[in-house]
Amino acid sequence: MIVSIARLGLIGLVRILVGAQARWVDAAPMETQSIYFTNHTSHLDTLALWVALPAQIRAKTRPVAARDYWGHGAIKRFIALQVLNAVLIEREVSRHSDPLAPLLAALAQGDSLIIFPEGTRRAQAEPNEFKGGLYHLAEAFPQVKLVPVYLDTLHRSMPKGSLLPVPLICTVRFGGAIQFELTEHKKAFLSRAREAVLQLI
Amino acid sequence: MFAQTLETLSPAHKFYWLIGGVAGLLLIASAIGWLLKSKLAKQAVPNEKSQKVLDNLVARVNAWWVMVAVFAVAFLAGKIGAILLFAAISYFALREFMTLTPTRAGDHRALSLAFFLLIPLHYYFIYIEWYALFTILIPVYAFLLMPSISVLAQDTEHFLERAAKIQWGVMICVYCISHAPALLLLEISSFDGQNALLLFYFMLIVQLSDVLQYVFGNLFGKTKVAPIVSPNKTLEGLIGGGFSTILIGAAMWWITPFTPLQSAGMAAIIVTMGFLGGLVMSAIKRSLGAKDWGNMIRGHGGMMDRMDSVSFAAPIFFHLTRYFFTP
Repeated sequence: MIVSIARLGLIGLVRILVGAQARWVDAAPMETQSIYFTNHTSHLDTLALWVALPAQIRAKTRPVAARDYWGHGAIKRFIALQVLNAVLIEREVSRHSDPLAPLLAALAQGDSLIIFPEGTRRAQAEPNEFKGGLYHLAEAFPQVKLVPVYLDTLHRSMPKGSLLPVPLICTVRFGGAIQFELTEHKKAFLSRAREAVLQLI
Repeated sequence: MFAQTLETLSPAHKFYWLIGGVAGLLLIASAIGWLLKSKLAKQAVPNEKSQKVLDNLVARVNAWWVMVAVFAVAFLAGKIGAILLFAAISYFALREFMTLTPTRAGDHRALSLAFFLLIPLHYYFIYIEWYALFTILIPVYAFLLMPSISVLAQDTEHFLERAAKIQWGVMICVYCISHAPALLLLEISSFDGQNALLLFYFMLIVQLSDVLQYVFGNLFGKTKVAPIVSPNKTLEGLIGGGFSTILIGAAMWWITPFTPLQSAGMAAIIVTMGFLGGLVMSAIKRSLGAKDWGNMIRGHGGMMDRMDSVSFAAPIFFHLTRYFFTP
């Protein structure tokens, strides 16, 4: 009950702040298990993409969030774990554990994921080089759809270090799923994935 | 005789008549849309262009139902309702304006301030009826302070353009639009407690002028007035829509402090300013590289596509009323 009220409140707030309107560019929303990968420029990214998804798909889609930010403080933890049903991961890579393990577990359960393959936020319109995580997830679950997404204006709405956002209308552009090829080299795959996001600008 | 009966009604009764009248108009519009739709469906060869115009007409009428409902609820909530409604309109209009305006990282604080401090403060001054600050907050204080905040970022790239565009956006979306609810703070001779009706009159005339120009334009439009700036505006639409709005304006004198003739004059000014506002805002939209301001209101485009005429007509209507009808 409280969680669903918080969820509705959060969706309303995000819509009032940045709109988060979905535009499906040569693609239609699909309920098949998917990994949505997108450019990362602000703390609003996760929320904007999550709000833009149709309700049935949103219910099955879990954002991936850094434990060192979202895991601290009661409110942030409540939003991340209860409201967004996020998968928390360690940003500090240690030798003993695989940072991707929680994501692989979520995919094994049949959940869809929202990930930021760049790793950290950049205050610019174009995404940086992608890190390897996306490749390893795709390799482990080749049947999961890989959907490129581009978030515009959020780098202007809430750049790194800003206290208050500037309300600008964010259009969340979903592209057609890219195919994973077993024979393809990791680097080639990652640059192709990044290219798919760039195509949506 | 009927007109006299109308004039002696209480403000609340007048309001119910007005809302009833508008709902009646919308019912007729919805019925026409439905009739045209079933007529078009019977045609052997479907005409794609008329289908498109008709779909847009139906979407527009549906959006009007929602807008009139929101407007009516805000009115029933009294002064605070109307002020909150227009503050929200300003917020969404400014959001559309700034989304299309190329600002830079150095403008971030000034922009946050415009949204979260200027809009509430400006509308608060209307609420407490502090006329002097309402008039100078944005053209004086904000004009000087917003670039002062931006300059701290030491980014000189297009500095004048950025400062000018931000000021323009705030002037149009907040300052100009807010002159409509500011009608509530005027103390008009022998019109006590009826200012909400004057605001209703103003919004009715502005929007009717837009609607009737659209209707006349679609029915008889041949000569484009400004094909480059606004391809949908035609001379036939302007004349037919303009004159019918002025006639309606004259007939609505009983909700204003004006005589029928004065009311016609005011309506003529609203029509003219609204038309010019539509043209100027369309030129700005195009110079920013967009066709619509947004897609908040289905069939109409964005908030600013609906408020462009209001932003130009409101300040002039406000000041003419203030100059000639307040002691």
